[in-house]
Amino acid sequence: MRWFWIDRFIEFVRDTRATSIKNVTFGEEPIDDYLPGHPHYPHSLIIEGMAQTGGLLVSEAEGFQRKTVLAKVSKAIFHDLVVPGDQILLTAVVQDKKPTGAIVEGKVTVNGQLQAELELSFAFLDDRFGGGALFPPEDLLRTLRILKLFDVAVDQNGNRIHAPEHMLEAERQAARGFVLSRAVAQSKPN
Amino acid sequence: MQVSEDVFSKVQAALIDALGVDDDEVTPDATMVGDLGAESIDFLDIVFKLEKSFGIKVATEDLFPKDILTESTYVQDGKVTATGIAELKKRMPWADLSKFEKNPRVQDFGDLLTVSDLCRYVESKIA
Repeated sequence: MRWFWIDRFIEFVRDTRATSIKNVTFGEEPIDDYLPGHPHYPHSLIIEGMAQTGGLLVSEAEGFQRKTVLAKVSKAIFHDLVVPGDQILLTAVVQDKKPTGAIVEGKVTVNGQLQAELELSFAFLDDRFGGGALFPPEDLLRTLRILKLFDVAVDQNGNRIHAPEHMLEAERQAARGFVLSRAVAQSKPN
Repeated sequence: MQVSEDVFSKVQAALIDALGVDDDEVTPDATMVGDLGAESIDFLDIVFKLEKSFGIKVATEDLFPKDILTESTYVQDGKVTATGIAELKKRMPWADLSKFEKNPRVQDFGDLLTVSDLCRYVESKIA
């Protein structure tokens, strides 16, 4: 499974805004290694958390089928450190979306206090970078379920968003492939 | 062709913000790519800031007429044909194409736009 840093979504409105949470624990390796004696989470990973939140937000409307990558960090202002025990809320709001990319404004809060202000640009890669999505759809679908995205996601009219059919089909095919490979393995003599 | 001070200062502010350059670098003759170091993704940011600042809508094709730079009607041996140049002038009356016309290599088009061109484009949209 691809590495995801955020824990789950608590709000997701198609092409509009999304909020995710991240619970920070002392058990996470980067906290202690980054600045020994002053355990806190590096700002770069706060940006990564917002990139994940915003990236999924801007790619959902196309069924997660376009290659979406973080292209630019236009603004990153940090007001405080994130320390073990903090719960971070990462809110991404779409500012602009065009065929070539999108701009997202991000606000990070801890206990209601502003921790960071970000502005990120995402690029939608065209055919020169190969067609299709960046990740196998069945893998991404599993991750999205873990992140509870479909538990909270709605469109602009408030209607529930469900997993795209192409991802469900990829999941069914992967399951069939797994069952078949197990059957073949068990039929072989020891 | 002169551009208004108000438009220039807003365009300058957008470029400083989007590209992280100093105000004295954003001169009217500075080219967006060669002098100010703009990359393709920066144009998304610049367009967003211009739209917000001036309340206009900017179409990517306005600034980069992809069809003229790729279709065989307009391009031969890596150069924009006379027909292509005429079409560019029609679609981009705000751009100074005099230098590009002398040796219209497609690969040089990316570094054509200057800050003045961008100001004139904005003026054409708000007029």
